[in-house]
Amino acid sequence: MTEYWNPLIERMPVDELEKMQERKLRNLIDYVYTHSDFYKKIFDDADVNPQDIQTLDDLRKLPFTYKSDLRDTYPTGMFCVPNEQLVRFHVSSGTTGKPTVVGYTRNDIHEWSTSLARALTSIGVGRGDVIQVSYGYGLFTGGLGLHYGAEEAGVTVLPTSSGNTEKQLDLMKDLNTSVMACTPSYFLFMNEVANQMGVSIKNDTKLRVGIFGAEPWTEEMRGRIEEATGIKAYDVYGTSELSGPLCTECQYQDGIHIWADQFLIEVIDPETGEQLAEGEQGELVITTLAKEALPLIRYRIGDITVINKEPCKCGRTHPRIMRILGRADDMLIVRGINVFPGQVESVLMKIPEVGEHFMIIVDRVNELDIMKVQIEITDEAFSDKVNDIISLEKKVESALKNVLNLAVKVELVEKGTIPRSMGKAKKVMDNRKL
Amino acid sequence: MEDKIIKQISLFAENKPGRLANIAANFRKADINIRAFTIAEAGDFGIIRMVVDKPDAAHEVLHDAGFTVSETNVLGVEMDDVPGGLGMIANVLSEKSINIDYAYAFVTKTEKALLILRVNDIEAAIKVLQDASIKLIEMANIQEI
Repeated sequence: MTEYWNPLIERMPVDELEKMQERKLRNLIDYVYTHSDFYKKIFDDADVNPQDIQTLDDLRKLPFTYKSDLRDTYPTGMFCVPNEQLVRFHVSSGTTGKPTVVGYTRNDIHEWSTSLARALTSIGVGRGDVIQVSYGYGLFTGGLGLHYGAEEAGVTVLPTSSGNTEKQLDLMKDLNTSVMACTPSYFLFMNEVANQMGVSIKNDTKLRVGIFGAEPWTEEMRGRIEEATGIKAYDVYGTSELSGPLCTECQYQDGIHIWADQFLIEVIDPETGEQLAEGEQGELVITTLAKEALPLIRYRIGDITVINKEPCKCGRTHPRIMRILGRADDMLIVRGINVFPGQVESVLMKIPEVGEHFMIIVDRVNELDIMKVQIEITDEAFSDKVNDIISLEKKVESALKNVLNLAVKVELVEKGTIPRSMGKAKKVMDNRKL
Repeated sequence: MEDKIIKQISLFAENKPGRLANIAANFRKADINIRAFTIAEAGDFGIIRMVVDKPDAAHEVLHDAGFTVSETNVLGVEMDDVPGGLGMIANVLSEKSINIDYAYAFVTKTEKALLILRVNDIEAAIKVLQDASIKLIEMANIQEI
């Protein structure tokens, strides 16, 4: 039986939902125009008056905002409330530049927790469950986000944060963890450590659900994880700019429901900025409808996806985003061809002889891009005949070439040598000096 | 027939410094003695094949040390250490269309040569070699060679 956290909202007919979005959008535009110098300026520069925005169709008149805006206005230049109204900051890691700061009012934290409480309910997680939150706690939003969301939903939280894997596994057994929240890479590593300790996650623990995100992963990887550990693995979506982890797939594992009363989503052509029709693949653009401290208008989050507005089997009417192929930032251009690490993962995980960990290495030799993929052979697939190993390399090379349209060199390495990650896994080493 | 099968330890190793030393250190700790050894190298990686006195223990220590390792069934053929010894064995097998996947040989303490063979049909190979009165070493005798 399907349960809902808030059936009235989650099953609201689409036309009513859209009316609600229009009303919230009009209020939002007035609010940001009068509360933020940044928004006033970009609206004025784009010659947009708040009165111009009446319907959802008018959304396209509004200018986009970017991660670079958050950096340029560091630390709090885009905020719409004075700092004393904030109850929390989170700060994103500055791996690709200056860090960005996100602030939350008490109500922002409540909306965030509500969003996750709905999501947890949609995958059958609630009172009686124990969730082990192995996302990092601290400036990163993953740990505290899931923590507050799970508490809101009445789930017992085991706030392990990341690292200290053997202890995590002991606690998983001793405290009957039923839900695990972490990156898919970390869960795979955890499973390896469990095997070394002689613990089977499938047989020796009560774990039944995994909530995996903070890095792109594929359907094929889901298959591997579910098969190896006997759990149901769900994708979670969210980024620090939007608060943190927010929404998950429902029990049907067919796209992530984005709560329409909190977020307005569009997909655009990243080149032209034009809105794309439902079902077309493009760059996700998000407008927050309920945030007070740091509302975002047409924010170019950079993820490549498809929107599905078909009613879901679960009865929820809110639109779904289909599996994120990758973030535009993660896309590699090798010899002029676009490559997403997710495409590589998807090919590799279809080949049973290949282990779950891989590394993409790109070099430039004599003005030519060379892409290499390192993989680990599984114990079961190891043959002691040299030819078998070489033909496995060739098989993987040809499968990758078929999908990527690019010649790739595959190199088998000893198991355990590709770095394991406690958080977001680094799957690409781009050594080109561009 | 089972007792004529020798369990060889095979492992995958990248071609980089320290790999052999690591294996040797693990064996020393576990008091495992290598009787025959070869490396098949192919560019970036190699496959190390060994006949040891305690194959199950060797498999365990290498697996626990994180190696990709397997036990492979091979044959140990005793040959007179004289010209023509190898040719006769190869002939016997080829007459029955048994293919040799790989082979390596070494000379024993007793002035015999020992040939380690991996074939595509191990049971058929045992039969034809025994029919031709060729002596196969047993796992139990590995210690003595």
